[in-house]
Amino acid sequence: MKSLSKKENYDKMTVLNENLTKEIQVEMLKKIIEIRRFEERCIQLYQQAKIWGYLHPYIGEEAVAVGVCMAIGVKDYLVSTHRGHGHCIAKGADLGKMMAELFGKSTGYCKGRGGSMHIADTELGMLGANGIVGGGIPISVGAGFSCKMEGKGRVVVCFFGDGAANNGVFHESLNMASIYKLPVIYVCENNLYAISMCVKDSTACENIADRSLAYNMPGYTVDGSDVIEVYKIAKKAVEAARAGKGPSLIEAKTYRFYGHHPNDPAEYRGKKEVEYYKKEKDPILVLENRLLKEKVITRSDIEEIERDIQKRIDEAVKFAEESPEPELERFLEEIREA
Amino acid sequence: MRKITYLEAIREAMQQMMREDENVYLLGEDIAEYGGAFGVTVGMLEEFGKERIRNTPISEAAIIGVGIGSALTGMRPIAEIMFSDFMTIAMDQIVNQAAKIRYMFGGKAKVPLVIRTAGGGGTGAAAQHSQSLEALFTHIPGLKVVMPSCPYDAKGLLISSILDDNPVIFIEHKLLYKNKKYMQHVPEEIYRIPLGKGDIKREGRDITIVATSFMVQRSLEVADILESEEGIDCEVVDPRTLRPLDMDIIISSVKKTGKVVCIEEACYFGGFMGEVVSQIVEKAFDYLDAPVLRIAGRDCPVPYSLVLEEEMIPSVGRIKKGMLDLLGRF
Ligand SMILES: Cc1ncc(C[n+]2csc(CCOP(=O)(O)OP(=O)(O)O)c2C)c(N)n1
Ligand SMILES: [Mg+2]
Repeated sequence: MKSLSKKENYDKMTVLNENLTKEIQVEMLKKIIEIRRFEERCIQLYQQAKIWGYLHPYIGEEAVAVGVCMAIGVKDYLVSTHRGHGHCIAKGADLGKMMAELFGKSTGYCKGRGGSMHIADTELGMLGANGIVGGGIPISVGAGFSCKMEGKGRVVVCFFGDGAANNGVFHESLNMASIYKLPVIYVCENNLYAISMCVKDSTACENIADRSLAYNMPGYTVDGSDVIEVYKIAKKAVEAARAGKGPSLIEAKTYRFYGHHPNDPAEYRGKKEVEYYKKEKDPILVLENRLLKEKVITRSDIEEIERDIQKRIDEAVKFAEESPEPELERFLEEIREA
Repeated sequence: MRKITYLEAIREAMQQMMREDENVYLLGEDIAEYGGAFGVTVGMLEEFGKERIRNTPISEAAIIGVGIGSALTGMRPIAEIMFSDFMTIAMDQIVNQAAKIRYMFGGKAKVPLVIRTAGGGGTGAAAQHSQSLEALFTHIPGLKVVMPSCPYDAKGLLISSILDDNPVIFIEHKLLYKNKKYMQHVPEEIYRIPLGKGDIKREGRDITIVATSFMVQRSLEVADILESEEGIDCEVVDPRTLRPLDMDIIISSVKKTGKVVCIEEACYFGGFMGEVVSQIVEKAFDYLDAPVLRIAGRDCPVPYSLVLEEEMIPSVGRIKKGMLDLLGRF
């Protein structure tokens, strides 16, 4: 049993890169921009009190969800977190139903009962965002059980944060997934902070992926701003899971560009640090620059992508705004029936 | 006379007790430079340093276990669990460990641990950040459960909780923290309100309202409306500590008015007020002129939709209507 060094991982992956068609790369860019613009609109709407409660923007981390979700299929399961919009969109969720949920409307994914932290779309294999940090990790083990017993090669992706990795369920779950050789891909989105607590202060080891050693599963660290790198590692982990080789732990090093939620000024982070990530590690810039350089795409293609996404988000907001509130009568009846 | 908020009263109690006793310390998530999710511990790091204002990873079971271990060995920890919903993650440590150690060890050990947490809804935070779980704790012998409804009580009760040699679950309400409407005169010096002693928040002749936490404030609002609109004179009783419970203050009020309505934010089924009602029926049945009324949260998880949440949690309208129905006035 040995921990795979970062270098080693990357070298082994170059082969897969050749399979990455232009279409896939453009699709990745579209998804990343879609998440970014959706989240930006959500923050605006939150400030206008159209959305309330707790909202955790995924801005800055988009390449993780997109890279991972591009490596799985529609039939695969996904377990998400409180910062889950990106996971939903990357898995193919409908923007209108998402927005309607955030507006608390009856047409939302959860009929307006869940809100941002509880969006779920079981038809898409989206087993739910979660308001409880770490709450989804053991659930992914159970879904992995089902996949294994079904025997059709279906896999589970389980997202969680650096903060969640310090909750007891992380240990219980990864150990179980490993002893039963379950097809689960654990994706730790290490954005360096759990609310105000820096991972350096919260976590005894340098990389969360180093813990894979203790669970006897492959562990990878990857630059979470680079969607193609994320995709390559995820693909490898997914292939292993489908082949019955058990779980993997991927740690994506990433960063949230904003506070923990829209009202958090995030004063616990240095300005320089934030500037660095916004400038050097913006998933949109990283991919756009590469695709422009390799002439896969032109500026005007990007403009068109942006326009199309803007239009779809406008439509989603309109749908949410025009949708009816949940019906009180129905609500009371359903409680009585329950 | 200075007036302060509920949040400031809680902070002041902790600051003063930490100055008095170096064994008192805080631990919890984001309580240091961030000042806690609701800002209760803002400024405390600067005064007491990071050893005594101890930031922890997101490890609720360990937070409570650490509290127990250090309480057993001479400290007086105050553990903060950010939302009361997350208490469930530490349930073994709270229920099987903290609550039982003193008794199980033949009284030879004590666990002077305070667990502070923010409960309740009305904030649009949905099912996992809005619950009122006090009944889970009041069911457990060995735990004391405190739910202050105003700044004055919050300070005096928290000081008593810190001085108590038993584990105390101290449940604060999010809607009380910063609202200026509930600001109150609070003495600057250290004072204690004994655990197990209720308070009459409003005297009245016609009907007794027993309520806890934020529902005390809501009941006072309804009492004013009923007085001005209907001439009904309500007495509002706040037990303040749910366990030990001051049943005497409730019974004597019921004997006076002959009618009682029990109001809580938590779900109806299995709620704490079920206990209050059963004791009223046992101890004061002959004094009752009307059936006992319970008004509580609807039996469902707290919904995100504000329309639904308003319907789920007892509102002024629902309380008023329930009481008018009970009194036969339509
Ligand atoms: C069990 C539990 N404890 C605490 C919280 C409060 N909380 C919400 S998000 C969060 C930080 C989570 O950090 P991380 O897992 O790194 O995810 P990130 O927010 O960085 O995406 C905390 C402490 C919670 N929701 N659940
Ligand atoms: Mg984090």
